[in-house]
Amino acid sequence: MTAALSVDQLWKVFGPRADKIVGSPDADLPRAELLDRTGCTAAVKDVSFDVAPGEVFVVMGLSGSGKSTLVRCLTRLIEPTAGEVLLDGEDVRTMSDARLRELRRTHVSMVFQHFGLLPHRQVLDNIAYGLEIRGMKKKQRHARAQEMVDLVGLTGNERSYPDQLSGGMQQRVGLARALAVDPTVMLFDEPFSALDPLIRRDMQAEVIRLHHEVGKTMVFITHDLAEALKLGDRILIMRDGEVVQVGTAAEIVAAPADDYVRDFVSDVPRSHVLTLRYVMRDPRPDDSSDGLVMGPDTIVREAAHAALTSDHPVRVVDDGELVGIVDDETILRVVVAEEAVLA
Amino acid sequence: MSVTAVRGGSGVEGIGSLLRRPPGWLLGVAVLALWIAAWAGLRGNDTLALPGLGRTGLHDWFTGLKGDLIDSRESNVLMQVTGVLADLLASIGGWLQELVAQPAFPRPVPQVGWLGVIAVAAWLSHAIAGWRITLLVVASFLSFGLLGLWEDSLDTLIVTFFAVGIALAIGLPLAVWMATSKTVTTLLTPVLDVLQTVPAFIYLLPLTLFFGIGLPAAVAATFLYALAPVVRIAAHGIRSVAASTLEATDSLGQTGRQRLLQVQLPMAKKTIIVGINQTVMAALSMATIAAFVDGPGLGQPVLRALSAQQVGTAFVAGFCIVIMAVMLDRTTTAASVRAETVARAGGRDVRRHRIVLAVSGAAALVLVYLSRTYLWAAEFPDTDLGSSVAAAVQSGADWVTSTFDVVTSGVKNQVTALLLNPLQDLLANSPWWLAAVAIAAFALVLGGVRGCLTAGVCLAGIYLTDLWNDSMVTLTMVLVATLLVMVLAVVLGVWMARRPSVDTVLRPVLDAGQTMPPFVYLIPALLLFGPTRFTAIVAAVIYAAPVAIKLVADGIKGVSPTTVEAATAAGSTPWQVITRVQLPMARGGLVLAANQGLLFVLSMTVIGGLVGAGALGYDSVLGFSQGEFFGKGIAAGAAIVFLGIMLDRVTRRAAERTGAGVH
Repeated sequence: MTAALSVDQLWKVFGPRADKIVGSPDADLPRAELLDRTGCTAAVKDVSFDVAPGEVFVVMGLSGSGKSTLVRCLTRLIEPTAGEVLLDGEDVRTMSDARLRELRRTHVSMVFQHFGLLPHRQVLDNIAYGLEIRGMKKKQRHARAQEMVDLVGLTGNERSYPDQLSGGMQQRVGLARALAVDPTVMLFDEPFSALDPLIRRDMQAEVIRLHHEVGKTMVFITHDLAEALKLGDRILIMRDGEVVQVGTAAEIVAAPADDYVRDFVSDVPRSHVLTLRYVMRDPRPDDSSDGLVMGPDTIVREAAHAALTSDHPVRVVDDGELVGIVDDETILRVVVAEEAVLA
Repeated sequence: MSVTAVRGGSGVEGIGSLLRRPPGWLLGVAVLALWIAAWAGLRGNDTLALPGLGRTGLHDWFTGLKGDLIDSRESNVLMQVTGVLADLLASIGGWLQELVAQPAFPRPVPQVGWLGVIAVAAWLSHAIAGWRITLLVVASFLSFGLLGLWEDSLDTLIVTFFAVGIALAIGLPLAVWMATSKTVTTLLTPVLDVLQTVPAFIYLLPLTLFFGIGLPAAVAATFLYALAPVVRIAAHGIRSVAASTLEATDSLGQTGRQRLLQVQLPMAKKTIIVGINQTVMAALSMATIAAFVDGPGLGQPVLRALSAQQVGTAFVAGFCIVIMAVMLDRTTTAASVRAETVARAGGRDVRRHRIVLAVSGAAALVLVYLSRTYLWAAEFPDTDLGSSVAAAVQSGADWVTSTFDVVTSGVKNQVTALLLNPLQDLLANSPWWLAAVAIAAFALVLGGVRGCLTAGVCLAGIYLTDLWNDSMVTLTMVLVATLLVMVLAVVLGVWMARRPSVDTVLRPVLDAGQTMPPFVYLIPALLLFGPTRFTAIVAAVIYAAPVAIKLVADGIKGVSPTTVEAATAAGSTPWQVITRVQLPMARGGLVLAANQGLLFVLSMTVIGGLVGAGALGYDSVLGFSQGEFFGKGIAAGAAIVFLGIMLDRVTRRAAERTGAGVH
């Protein structure tokens, strides 16, 4: 199966004669030194990753880590300096302007942190804008936009103007606008960072629901680790433009690639993220064979209640084969360690 | 008129030099002390004074050039092109005049009489700005007629809108181009800067060379003067469309054209209409001043009455200009607000609005027909309201003058004796080279090396116009008037910033004051103080004060409330908060206010030549009225431009050095 999105050795360098940096020894310099020597900043440094169709891929990093630049390079809202971006196997960097517009109109759409709505248009016409610019007739595009209004839960607000809506509702408009063109890939650039915590939680749930319903491939940028863990099938952690680690939530929490990531995930509730695979011990001949059977990807928290109330340790079985044992002590260790963190 | 965009600069350099050098004020005092010491010894030498009716070879050479240019009409391409343009302007303008203002031969009256004109104006204003504005428009037109100035008023409107039409046709595409191309911005900005720095008055004399006198010259000058605001503000509006919206819509795959037409222009619409408003107001102020080149309209009765010292008559015509300014300003402002409310009202209201417009449009056409058919509807009935108002104002003015003479001449004499005379003595009676060095030194203290270089170039330019002494006299008036403006601005600005109620009352007055053409301010000043240079200073202060007060008030309001709160919490008295926190932190706004004050004052002290300002103003006025002084008038214009650029650049550099990052 080809990846929906494949990024290979992507670079974005800002500054004078930026194209000369990649491939030269200067490229390996730390950020401050590079700026000092050349006046350039490498916002994205040699980034490679693949996203499978239907996957939710989260790019996480603090501000200045280059994650927003990275997502803009994917459809050349920012022109990359070097490297390759393949969407469904097609090279984005060599596309003509017309082909690129076509790609943006039908294939990839984006949701932005600051919404980017048109203040002089009503909700319905904002959502229909992407359809309008590709020449769809008014009646058709309004019908399609109305479907999107209903899908994101804005029914009744079609005739409002953006400034009459709350932040959360404005972002629903942004979401509906991106969905309206029926893209195969959706890009989210910190879409919920500007929202209140409660609204943010609702919107995250909304994205999870939409992902179940429409099954788009999603690339989601965030600086919020909890959000990343909640939404991402896989997570890429960026720092100073470089990839630090790529993996599932459990992989990252269980085996942080370096101190930076370890520090990051130190106050994550481990029982919410870790799966049995990361806490089980090898089976021993004397283990009881009457225990509950669970898969290795079961999250510890979900296993805890059943495991603790059973008299026998949990048997972790993968493809019919016993791969490990989780006893009460193991579970308690994970949960208690977490209590210590929270205290 | 009021919007002169100011570019921000980095304050880094300023901070660096502050560490090394003694404070600026100390250097300023030192320069002044040295200057006075040298002046005491050398006073009266090399002052380059030229008598009021004196001319130099250079001036005569300019006058001769005019003759040569006119003689070369047949062969010179430039003259031929401008000649064709002038003929075109004259014929279109003439057609418009016959349409609504002047008798259209063989008819004894215009094609459309007063009733039809009012009906069409009412319909238009209703369409773009709503019925409240319609009432204002109808009342304004009726008062033009009742005051006996129907023809002049319509002539002014013709010149204004003719020029505005050309300015928009050229300016809007230019603004789009400028907003989308950095190169064009870099090329156009200095041109627009100069167009806006040069006082309106200066455009006129050179233009007469190419467009003769009368309507073509008036329209050409008005167009030139009105072009800059719309280009600048519209470009700014298009450029300030939120980057996040552009990015979001780009991400949907729009073309450049869709981006411009569906995102940038609609989002910038309100700002663009503000630009149009500014352009209309600039055009009106130029259209009145164009009376100096025999441009038709309300400026003519003002000019005639001012020359003859008839305050009453000048007042009536000036009052019509004020009404017109208010009417145009309110209409264009309301249009910008309405554009949005109509769009937002939704379908039903739009339909009703269309029906109302169709019906009222038909009614307007009937009235137009009536005004073509019946004399009563064609010719505004004669009233003697205008002359009785003039007489009443004249007698009131005489009463005021005789009653308050003690006060007014007291003020006049005090300011003259304490400020004006000593400063003029220093500036104009120093040897020219001493004054030049001293001014350059001040420019260095205020504006750094770059400020000093600009000042040097401008001073050399002034020297070359052979009008050094007159320039120093005019500079004196400008400095004194600006000082008074700044005193007013700081007092009222602080008051407005600290008391919202004061702001609520004063701001509309200042806004209205800012829209008035400078011409009308001469009238009350003349009424109170008679024809002296002090009169021009008073007019200049009234003219420049609104913009300066607003800039100071906004600057102080911009001071972080947290800082003010912290200062208050530390136990500062209000006086300490004002002098130690608010004013120092708002110094960017203060410098900007001084910059705008200087430019406004300069343009007024020049027009003030008409009411006895003397010096460069007098030279300019003389250039219009007497052929053999044409060259001297041109030289005076050049000297004024040099003064303006010098004052503008030095204060701008000063603003940048104080870190006033003003848009």
